Amino acid sequence: MSEQIDEALRRELQRQGVWVTSMQELYNWGRKNSIWPLQFGLACCAIEMIATAASRYDIARFGGEVFRPSPRQADLMIVAGTVTKKMAPQIVRLYNQMPDPKYVISMGACAISGGPFKEGYNVLKGIDRYIPVDVYIPGCPPRPEALLHAFMELQRKIDSQKLTGADKAEHLDPAEPSEFPVPAFGKHDLEPPANRDVFHPPNIERT
Amino acid sequence: MAPNPYTFIVIFVGVALVFPLIPLALAWLWRRLFQPPKPGTEKNAIYECGVESIGEAQIQFRSQYYLYAIIFLIFDVEAIFLVPFAVAFTGLPVGAFVAILVFLLLLIEGLVWAWGKGCLQWER
Repeated sequence: MSEQIDEALRRELQRQGVWVTSMQELYNWGRKNSIWPLQFGLACCAIEMIATAASRYDIARFGGEVFRPSPRQADLMIVAGTVTKKMAPQIVRLYNQMPDPKYVISMGACAISGGPFKEGYNVLKGIDRYIPVDVYIPGCPPRPEALLHAFMELQRKIDSQKLTGADKAEHLDPAEPSEFPVPAFGKHDLEPPANRDVFHPPNIERT
Repeated sequence: MAPNPYTFIVIFVGVALVFPLIPLALAWLWRRLFQPPKPGTEKNAIYECGVESIGEAQIQFRSQYYLYAIIFLIFDVEAIFLVPFAVAFTGLPVGAFVAILVFLLLLIEGLVWAWGKGCLQWER
């Protein structure tokens, strides 16, 4: 986990009751265990998100039970459901208003790619066209266990983020943007249809 | 020698000041040392509902509106009385029926009076 401390020495110290840690580990440990999601549901995935927050699945076990109604207090945006083109600018605006560090879980087939409504004229084909997504959960809708898994994956990502160095976390880098342009309603589609700085679709090689 | 009884209050005040100041100072230090501030127009926007605000915040209602509010209030309260009256209509004694009719007449008289005074005319 840490490069500065020898793991064997650390275990030995722990056996003697001395806990050695680094600032980075302490920072990430605190962050990953108190992720506050934005209380924001779009479609049927939101019902699964509510179930995840309720007592049966209990996201509080992972420190994410404080769903905030204001983006100013949230760390995590769970895009739970179909993103219509009417709703996309609002989502990007809410994302922009979240303070750094911020993370996005794209929940369900619709938020990933448009899902069963991909052919629809009014459905955005994936929220990753406008904002950077950290964890994708497939499913229609994904079960609460899947959301918990995504949450744990996000915790793993937060835990591995660096405080210093060239590959430090995005929110610590002054050059990395914190806001992304909000798409406007165009004549036929959102303009631009995708933010090319964010959206990197997989290049499928056909033979 | 017994300590001054106010010593504890001083200690409590000291703790009450230091306790919130430590996290604030740590957060300030953290911002100075590690996390660069990234303000922006969207992030600093006043509203946080995701929708852009339209128009000015300083809207003024005409004071004339209060007449409509009062007349609305009267008939709003009347509806509350009329619903149980309508439900119990078939089983009502004559006295109760007359009483509610008087009540209705008084209200209608008030409406006629307000109408006659021109209260329902919206003056620009």
